[in-house]
Amino acid sequence: MTEIALRINGEEHRLVVDVRSTLLDMLRENVGLTGAKKGCDHGQCGACTILLDGRRANACLALAVAHDGAELVTVEGLAAGDALHPLQVAFVEHDAFQCGYCTPGQLCSAVGMLAEAEADGVALDAAEIRERMSGNLCRCGAYPNIVAAIVEVAP
Amino acid sequence: MKPFAYERAADADAAVAAAAGGATYLGGGTNLVDLMKLGVETPERLVDVSRLPHDAIEELPGGGVRIGAAVRNSDLAVHPGVRERYPVLAQALLAGASGQLRNLATVGGNLLQRTRCPYFQDVTKPCNKRRPGSGCPAREGEHRNLAILGHSEHCVATHPSDLAVALTALSATVEVQGTAGTRTLSMPGFHRLPGDEPHRDTNLAPGDLITAIELAPSDAAANSRYRKVRERASYSFAVISVATAVSIRDGVVEECAIALGGVAHVPWRASEAEAALRGRPPTHASFEAAAEAELARAEPLRDNAYKVPLTRNVLVNTLTELCA
Repeated sequence: MTEIALRINGEEHRLVVDVRSTLLDMLRENVGLTGAKKGCDHGQCGACTILLDGRRANACLALAVAHDGAELVTVEGLAAGDALHPLQVAFVEHDAFQCGYCTPGQLCSAVGMLAEAEADGVALDAAEIRERMSGNLCRCGAYPNIVAAIVEVAP
Repeated sequence: MKPFAYERAADADAAVAAAAGGATYLGGGTNLVDLMKLGVETPERLVDVSRLPHDAIEELPGGGVRIGAAVRNSDLAVHPGVRERYPVLAQALLAGASGQLRNLATVGGNLLQRTRCPYFQDVTKPCNKRRPGSGCPAREGEHRNLAILGHSEHCVATHPSDLAVALTALSATVEVQGTAGTRTLSMPGFHRLPGDEPHRDTNLAPGDLITAIELAPSDAAANSRYRKVRERASYSFAVISVATAVSIRDGVVEECAIALGGVAHVPWRASEAEAALRGRPPTHASFEAAAEAELARAEPLRDNAYKVPLTRNVLVNTLTELCA
C-alpha cells in the first residue's frame, strides 16, 4: 500500500492505495466517486474518462501511484454548485443519452476535447466532433444527439 | 493483476540501473497496464520513467527535430513545426487510438507497443511471442488481420503502431541510453522480423531506455501523407496503412520514402517500391509498378490475401494524391 496526495474536484485528498489500483478503481472504491464508469476496463470504451491535470484521460489505464500529486476532475466536479456545466445542460436538452452509462465519460471527454480544439485553433463541425469523440462509445447509439449537444456548446 | 513493486526513477541513470536489474519501464501505461490486467505482462518491478525530463520537442539547427521519449502523442501531433515539415507524422499520430489515450501515451512507449494479435493477448492460448516454443495458433487460426510480409513459421503478428510507420518512412533515429552509455538505432532497424525469436520485438538490449527520437531535415517530408484503412471510421488499429513522402524534380520522382503498416511484424519499409519509383515520372503506371514490385514479396495467409490488393490500391491512391 502506498500513500498518495491528489486534488479531486477541487478538494485535497490523501489516500492509501494498492499499488495495482488504477485512478478509476481509486475514485470509485477509495473516494466514493462513482461517476466515472467501469465499462471495458481496457481503454476501449471511454466510460472512465476523467480530466487528469486538465486533459482527458482513460482512468482505467492510469495507475494511481504514477499520478501522485495530480489534479483530477470527474463528472461530479463539472457543475458549479447547482448550476450545471453548459455541456450537461446541452446533453439534457438534446436527450444525448439513453441508459446514461457512457454519459459521465462523454461529458468529461467533451470538456477536454473542446479545450484541445480551442488550443489547436480547430473549427469544430459535426464530422470533426465525431472524429475527436471517437474514444467514447455509446452502446445505446445516442451519437446523433451527443454530437448535436456538443455542436451547441462548441464555439 | 499480480502485485509488483513501483518506483519513480530519479533520473535516467537510475532508471537504466533498475531496468538492467530486471525492472520494467512504465511510460504512459496505456498498453502495459492493459497487458498486466490480461496477465500477458507480469512484471515484479515497475520503474516509472514518465516524469524524466525527456519531454521536449526541439527544433534542431539545420532543420531537424528532436522529440523527447516522454512527449505525449497528443502534444507531438499538434506541434506546429511537425505539422508543417513532417505532416505524415502528425497524421499518423492522429490516426491512432483516441484523444484520451493520446494524452497519456508517450512517444517512446508507442514504439514498444506489443502486437494486438488475439493469441498474444489471450493467456489461455499458445503463442511463441508470449511463451517461446509454445506454438503459433494464428497460422491456421484467426489471422485475417495479421501479416502478409516477412512472417515466419513461428509468428505472423503485426506491429500495431501508426507512429512507427511514419517514423520508418522518415528514417528516424532512436536515441537509447543503456548500461554502456548512449547509442542510436535507425528506423528501419529498430524493430525485428519474427524469425525464430518472435518474443523479441526490437533490437533493444536489457536495460535500454529510449530517450529521444530524431528526424533529419528532408524536402520530401514536407510533402508526405499517412493513409490508414480501419474496420470502422476511427479509433481502431490499422488493417493496413501507408506512410509516404515524395519530392519531384524535373518531372521525375527524386526522393521517395514508403513504409507500410499492418502488414508485418515491423513497420515495413517498402524499399523495392522506392527503388522502382525513383527517377520515374509520377504517373499512375509508375505508382502501380512500384506497388507491384513491393507486393511481389507478399506471402498472404489463408484469410488475409485481401490485404495485398488493398495495400496496392491504397499505396497507388496515396502516391497519386501526393503527386497531384
